Order: sequence, then structure tokens, then C-alpha cells
Amino acid sequence: MKRTDTIAAIATALGESGIGIIRISGEDAVSIADKIYSGKKRLIEADSHTINYGHIFFDEEIIDEVLVMIMKAPRTFTGEDTVEINCHGGILILEKVLHAVLESGARMALPGEFTKRAFLNGKMDLSQAEAVIDIIEAKNELALKAGIRQLNGAVTENIKTIRAQILEQIAFIEAALDDPEHYSLDGYSDKLKKIVKKLYTRIEYLKKSFKDGSIIKEGINTVIIGKPNAGKSSILNLLSRTDRAIVTDIAGTTRDTLTENIKLSGISLNITDTAGIRQTDDVVESIGVQKAIEASNNADLNLVVIDGLLPIDKEDIELLESVKDKNAIILLNKSDKELKLSIEDIKKYSDKDVIIFSAKENIGVDELEDMIKAKFISKEINFNDQVIITNIRHQEIINEVSESLEMCLSSIEEGYEEDFFTIDLLNAYEALGEIIGETVDDDVVNEIFSKFCMGK
Amino acid sequence: MNIIEKVYDIVVVGAGHAGCEAALASARLGLKTVIFTVSVDSIALMPCNPNIGGSSKGHLVRELDALGGEMGKCIDKTFIQSKMLNASKGPAVHSLRAQADKQEYSKEMRKTLENTPNLTICQKEITKLIIEDNICKGVETVSGSKYFAKAVILATGTYLNARCIYGEVAEYTGPNGLKSANHLTSSLLEYGIDLNRFKTGTPARVDGRTIDYSVMQEQYGDDPVVPFSFETDPDSIQKEQVKCYLAYTGEKTHEIIRENIDRSPLFSGAIKGTGPRYCPSIEDKVVKFPEKDRHQIFVEPEGLYTNEMYLSGLSSSLPEDVQYAMIRSIEGFENAEIVRNGYAIEYDCIDARQLKDSLEFRAIEGLFAAGQFNGSSGYEEAAVQGLMAGINASMKVMGKEPVVIGRDQGYIGVLIDDLVTKESHEPYRMMTSRSEYRLLLRQDNADIRLSKIGYEVGLISEERYQRLLEKEKQIDEEIERLKNIHIGANSKVQEFLVRNGSTPLQTSANLAEIIRRPELNYDLTKELDEDRKELRKEVRDQVNINIKYEGYIKRQESQVKQFKKLENKKIPVDIDYNNVNSLRIEAVQKLSKVRPSSIGQASRISGVSPADITVLLVYLETYKEKKNV
Repeated sequence: MKRTDTIAAIATALGESGIGIIRISGEDAVSIADKIYSGKKRLIEADSHTINYGHIFFDEEIIDEVLVMIMKAPRTFTGEDTVEINCHGGILILEKVLHAVLESGARMALPGEFTKRAFLNGKMDLSQAEAVIDIIEAKNELALKAGIRQLNGAVTENIKTIRAQILEQIAFIEAALDDPEHYSLDGYSDKLKKIVKKLYTRIEYLKKSFKDGSIIKEGINTVIIGKPNAGKSSILNLLSRTDRAIVTDIAGTTRDTLTENIKLSGISLNITDTAGIRQTDDVVESIGVQKAIEASNNADLNLVVIDGLLPIDKEDIELLESVKDKNAIILLNKSDKELKLSIEDIKKYSDKDVIIFSAKENIGVDELEDMIKAKFISKEINFNDQVIITNIRHQEIINEVSESLEMCLSSIEEGYEEDFFTIDLLNAYEALGEIIGETVDDDVVNEIFSKFCMGK
Repeated sequence: MNIIEKVYDIVVVGAGHAGCEAALASARLGLKTVIFTVSVDSIALMPCNPNIGGSSKGHLVRELDALGGEMGKCIDKTFIQSKMLNASKGPAVHSLRAQADKQEYSKEMRKTLENTPNLTICQKEITKLIIEDNICKGVETVSGSKYFAKAVILATGTYLNARCIYGEVAEYTGPNGLKSANHLTSSLLEYGIDLNRFKTGTPARVDGRTIDYSVMQEQYGDDPVVPFSFETDPDSIQKEQVKCYLAYTGEKTHEIIRENIDRSPLFSGAIKGTGPRYCPSIEDKVVKFPEKDRHQIFVEPEGLYTNEMYLSGLSSSLPEDVQYAMIRSIEGFENAEIVRNGYAIEYDCIDARQLKDSLEFRAIEGLFAAGQFNGSSGYEEAAVQGLMAGINASMKVMGKEPVVIGRDQGYIGVLIDDLVTKESHEPYRMMTSRSEYRLLLRQDNADIRLSKIGYEVGLISEERYQRLLEKEKQIDEEIERLKNIHIGANSKVQEFLVRNGSTPLQTSANLAEIIRRPELNYDLTKELDEDRKELRKEVRDQVNINIKYEGYIKRQESQVKQFKKLENKKIPVDIDYNNVNSLRIEAVQKLSKVRPSSIGQASRISGVSPADITVLLVYLETYKEKKNV
């Protein structure tokens, strides 16, 4: 495996800040940065604790004008050689620079890994141990959440199928090696070559989709919930400025959930409109209600719509109660007419922020944007960062998978013996598992025994 | 009452493949050793298949030999056919397998035991452990005699509460109708040792005179034969070899099995033990793989002294009459007479997660365990554990550090690490796919990997070790030399390449690069290499392999480097996982059960996540600090 022990990551919050930092830590930090840097002096010749002005280039293209800070061990945060590349902000540029760093030999840092290294290298007070673990765990959980949720089901299924096929080939080869008198590998190389070529094509396709981000449901998962006819669909239409949701005056029109990706002041939201939540006997609608509750539970942000023209009732209270431990903003809708409810009425039941809103007259939209932005920047919702980071990590893994398959193909072509193929195939299998959160364990042995009749 | 009381350094319980290696190791290291068996005539008995070696098991035997064990030498003296399996595959999966003359093997091993100084053989059933304050002080026999020792090695194989079953018949005996050991289990339970009940089986043996071999495919051994032991001179073991035969079950056989499946103790529920998936009974195979219309049966002689033939692939616990009908339905077996029918055997064994890497019980000092008793399967798996338990019990008695083979050093390391780390639901068998670094752990370089350890332990002689160092030096020098020989694209070279089906050179290359080409090898390129010295085959082979597979070997070596980082992070023995905040409950339970010796080992326990490992790493830092204060 090509992965080294030098790690890299975007060290600043992604958002609209003017400057972003890529941090690299480990033995090869300086030499890796040097590969993609051009300036007056090479970075490997630069003194420790200096700032160097130059450009980052990759694939013969200049990506950004940067300041590079070189800090040699041990006087660094992690206690290892560390490089910080200060780029112009902007997610796109940071991603490109990080990508270049990873292609040059670093690997993506695991959640909390810089902190972990700092701690293990004695750079932090031991009394901070608990805090360190908390940080690592929190980050890890977030990453896990992001990693699994942002892949759409089709991609996960696709990866599972590819993995299953790889495993089948490994198991066959291993079964034949283990019991050569029962299973023969004669002529198998040609067959395997065809299979691996097909898998390779599928991986290349995946690689492309990971790269252009089409695989990812990028953005903050936002759900609009509320009683039937509180105006949820109108709010979605207002925010997305299309007429996708069917808006009528009949309560219960939206029977399924609708998802729309919108940009609000540069922040990406995946907004899901849900069927109104209320007790219902209508079968179709009750499925919609169930989905709405599910969507709300999985959301990063809930927009709770309260019909301001009606007195607060049991269903409203239940709704407010249901978002108690979640990230939520309450929209007091229909303020174009005289409201029967005040912010104070709602505050009795919820401590969340309340905005006087009107979907019809465009009231409260700016306030909502500001509030989401504030939450985003204050890191209450730091999901977007994680999405991008996970995406880069996934790209890194997919590259590794495709390299492994390439190596397997070239081993077949060069006439290596069959047992060499499983080395590369197993690497590919293991790496793909990382994307969907599955490990290898005893998979091979189990597959051998379930598919092949072994033994004396 | 006249009770005998004796004092030894080491007591070994059981004289199978594990017990013999354990006792030989400790006696050879100069410790006064006694080995107990229920029958002196059954020392190193092979109650199942008549082979030593095979895929990955051949590796184990060679590693054992490099460490100073006996099995390789014994089979070199007593084999009647030998083959290198997977010879057309990569060097990592070449595996030596020999047919043994069972009786000769047993006799040879007994002779070795009897002629080893410091070693006493004793036929007596051990019924109790003598344990005081969690320290094992010795054992007690069925007659009440006491044998005190500084360390005890349990290698009871499949004998504990053994029960042999076929059809409706169940007999409380060990394999081959030998006496089972029915008392020791309760002593183990009394000291809190967790037991499992496993199951295995064996096929019928048939009178060779009643088999029609003319309808079967003949199977020959290799010529020349490669010895198992690095000390055996290849020339000394070339001899006439016996033939084995290949037969097939047919639809009729399967029909008989299906019709009688309800009479199988496996399916009726009479057998409760967990059986191995890798050597399923024929009834298992027929039920599990209904699409297969035939299964291979290898017909193998049990020895030169007998007509009995072993039917490999036909393991069964069906009733006697069904076994008869099924065997006679196989082409060539129409008139077959069964000498011994097949049976399943159930036995008590331990959950090996109670053991340390050294094979000593964590909770009972001075008590070691090896072989099938630890939940493994196979003669070779047993032998290597026996050797390691013997070595480590001796180290303990001599006040030295235990010897632990890493997963990066040998299959022995993989085997023992898996046994003491992973929960097992069936007898554990070695497989090459269980080894992460199998390209480095080849059977051809077992001596280079492990002889140094065997030498340091004291089981490899100075002379043998010097010979190894010389071999290593020759290999290194030759590889270095080849890398510095530059070959120009001249007509002689191009002619050589074309003649050997290789593409002509564009620019000059070094000789190592030429050897690396798939269609070429070290020996072939001799004509391009005027200064080549005559080297022994074992040296030439190493040079060839190391050059040809350098790319892959380098990759695995760098993986080993990563692997070692975590292996070298040791976990203190007295750690209380309940005190490690933020560790998930499942991880606390698993870690407390296995008590891994290193972070690396901890990471291999199923149910321990990477996040748990991080928590543990951080905790260990604070722990170290506290200890220093």
C-alpha cells in the first residue's frame, strides 16, 4: 500500500473565510509539500519556523498563491515535522491543494488524528487526556455519520456488489491454493483478467462520480416539518424558487417527502418537505407521515412551521417537543395576515429561535438566512466541512482501489502466479470496505467455506 | 497406602504430536522432564489421515524444524511418498506433503523420546492438577501418585471426556478405541478454566486387497523428493515411493447418503460438539453442496506394514451399514471390506483466549497448554504449539523471557496469535490465507526466518547456525553482485533473450532486471554471467525468489514495518479496562477476556474498534506517567 504515515487535512473551518490552511504532519511533510511548491527557495532547503512565499501547482497548473510555514520537529503542535499551507480561502481551492498533497504521498488524517499525535508525542498535558478523547470521539462520530449518510444508497449497493465479486475471486484462488487437488487454477488467469477489467471499469466510473461530487448529497440536511397546511411546501418553494411541491389549500397534499438542494448565502442545504405530521387514517398519507418523522430524526436542521393563524394545539406542542434535542428553527408562518400567536406563546413550549415568517409575502427569509449562517459558522452545524472532507477521503480510497486493480491486471499480464493476485485484490476489497464502513476480519475464510467444498 | 511422590522440572500430559515436541524441547534444554500417556504404544499416533504437511501445514513443519523441533526429521525418516503441492504456483504457497508410514512414524518418535537424556516416559492417566495460590505445582495420577514440577504442559489432544460416535453407537473412548481421560476435566473446571466441546471425524479404513485400483487414477510422489528438515541431506532420502489412488463418489453414493441422512448423529442432534468446516463429513458435503454430482476420494496407504487404506474425503459418522453401502457404491469398491469404520469424535478443549502468547494460562502460573486441547486441529498445528509450550515452560523454569513468534515471523505466530485472540467456534486449522505476510513467510526460507531464535533458545546447534549464517551471506552477496552486472544490448544477449521467448533489450540493464522477467530465471541466465560461482541449490533458489518477487516482497516488508509499530506498543498486564473511560462496553468485555499483550493484538480482536484503540493509546500514555510518579 502506498499510504505513508504522513497525514494531511484542511485545518480551518470551511466556509467563506478569506484564508484556509492545509496542515501536513509527519516524517515526509516537508518533502511532500516541496513536490507541489515553487518559490524562490525549495522547501526542503528552508529553515525551520520560516514562512515561505510561492505557488502551489499540480499537473503543471498553478492552483494558488500561498504562504507556506515550515516547522520542524519537535517544536510543533504534533511534535512532528509540520507544514502549513496558507491558501486563499474558498472550498474549491482548498480541496485542490489538499488533493495535490495527497497525490504526492500524504494520507488523509483520520478524525482527530493531529490531536492524537500531539498527545502521543507528549505535546499536551496528560490532564487533557479526557478532553483529547472527547475531541477524537466527537470528530469520529461526525465523520462516521457524514460518511455513511452522504453516500446515496445506489453507491453503497454498487460498492457492495463490487466487493462481493472481488471476495468471490479471492476465495476461489485461496480455496484452490489450499486444496490444489480439488480445485484447479488452470486457465483461471484469463478469466480473472476479464473480471478484473470489468471491475476496473466500474471503479473508474465511481471515481469519476466521486470526483464531480455527483455521488454526494452535499449540504446540510434540512427538514421542514409542521402540521398539515401550515405552509411547508410554500416555504420550500420560496426558498428554492421553483414550484416543485404541489401547493394547494387542501390539507395533506404532500403525501411523500420532496428533497431540494438550495444555496442560501453560499451555504448548501438539502431541504426536505414532508407530509404534515398529524394522526391520520389515510394509508397513503400515513406512510408520508412516517417518512416525515424519520426524515426529521436524521436531519441536521429542522425548520418547524407553525400556522400563526390558528391557536397552538396538541399537535404543535408535540412537534415542538419532538425537536427539543435537535437543531431547529421555528417559523411562525402566515404573518402576512394578523397573527393569532406571538413569539412568547411559542417560547412557552420551546427554547428554539423563532422567526416571524410569511412564505407568501417573503417575510423573514433574510433573518432565516442569517440564522442558518450563524449556526453554520458557529459550528453548531459543521456538517458541510465533514461532507467535503469525507469526499476527499473517499476519492483517496477509490484511487487506491483502482491502483490495486491495475496492479492485479499487470501481475496477470506479466505472468505472475495466481497467489500474487489475491494480494492486490485483498487490498482493493479492504479499501472499498472503508468507504461503506466494513472490515475484512475472517471474510475470506468464511467465503471459502461457504462457497467451496473443502477438505479431506 | 503406598503413594509415589516424584519431583521433576517439567511435566507433560499427553504424548501426541504436541506432547512429544514439548517434552523433547524441555529435555533437550537440560530440564528433567516426564511425559505421561495413556498408552506408551500410542506415542505420536496418527489416528486420522496418514500425512504430514500439506498447504500451510508444510510451512509449520519447516518452521518447527528451524526452531529445533522433531516432526520434520521424523517424517523424513518414515515417509513413503512425498510431493511439493502448488509447485506451479508462487513460492509462497509451495507446500510439502508426505504420506507417512504411521507405525514407523510412531516408532521413530518413541525411539527418539526414549533416547533423549533427561526424559522419562510414564504410562498413567493424569486426573488432577495440583494448584496452590494460582500456581501450578504438579499433577496427580489416577492411582493418587503425585508428580511435582515447576511447570506443567497440558497436551491432552482429543482424549478429554472423548466420545466416539457412528450411527446410534456412542462409545466413551478416545481415538482408535484408546482409553479416554475422564477425570481431568473436573479438575480443570474446579480451577475455573473455561471449556469448549469440539468435534472432528475420520473416514473408514478399507482392506486394500478388496479394492480394484485398475479403475482409479494413480497418484505418484515427486522425483526427487525434497526433505522437510533443513538438516536432512536430500540425497539420503530418495527412495521407492508408494502410489495413492483417486476415486470418485457418484450419484448412487449421494442417494444412499440422502436416504439415510436422518440416521446420522450429526443431523439427529446426537452430536453436540462443533465440527470443523474444512474437513466436513461426506454427509455434510452432500447436503451442503447438492449441485456437485461427485466428490473426490483419495485412497492412501496407512503404511508399508499393512493393507489398510485410508479414504480421504469420506469422513463419516453414519451407521455401519450405511457406510458399507456408500463405500461399495463407489467404482472400484464394489467388494470392499471395511477394517475400521469412520466415526465422529467429541472432546473437551479449552477456550484458548485464557492463554498468554507464551501458551501459559494467564490465571494459573506455570500451567501451559498445547495442541488440540487448545482448540486447534491437525498434527502439525499441534506439534508447533507443543514446541512453543515446551520452550516457554523451560524459559519459565530457567527464569528467562518467553519466546513469542510474531505474525510477521512465521505461521506459528499467526496460529498462536489467532488462537489466543479470536473467539473460535470450530477446531482451528492453519491456512495460507490466514497469514497477512505470506510472501515473506515462505516454506523455503523458514530456516532464515527462525533458526536464529532456535539457536538462541538452545535447540539449534552452533554448527547448524554457522551454516545458516554462511548461507545468508552467500545469498546477499550473490544478489548484490547480480545487481551490479551490466548487460549491454549486444547480439549475444539479444539472441539469448529471443531464444528464451523474451523481448530484446532496448537499453542496457543489470542482470537482476533480466532475471526478473517472467520467462527467465537465475539458472537460465548463467550463460550471460561469466563470473558466476557454483552455488548450492538452496542458495540459488533464494537468490532467484528474492530477485523475481522483489517488488511484492518490498511492499510486504513495508507493511510489516507499520504492523510492528502497534505490536511494539505493549499493554501492561495489570491494566483494568473498567478504569479506561470512554471505552465502549463491548470493548471493555472483549479486552478483559483476551487481555492482549500489545495494541496490535488488541486491534485484531473482533468487537474492538479503531476508536477504542485510540482511547486505549491515550490511556496508556497517562498510565505510563502514573507509574513513573
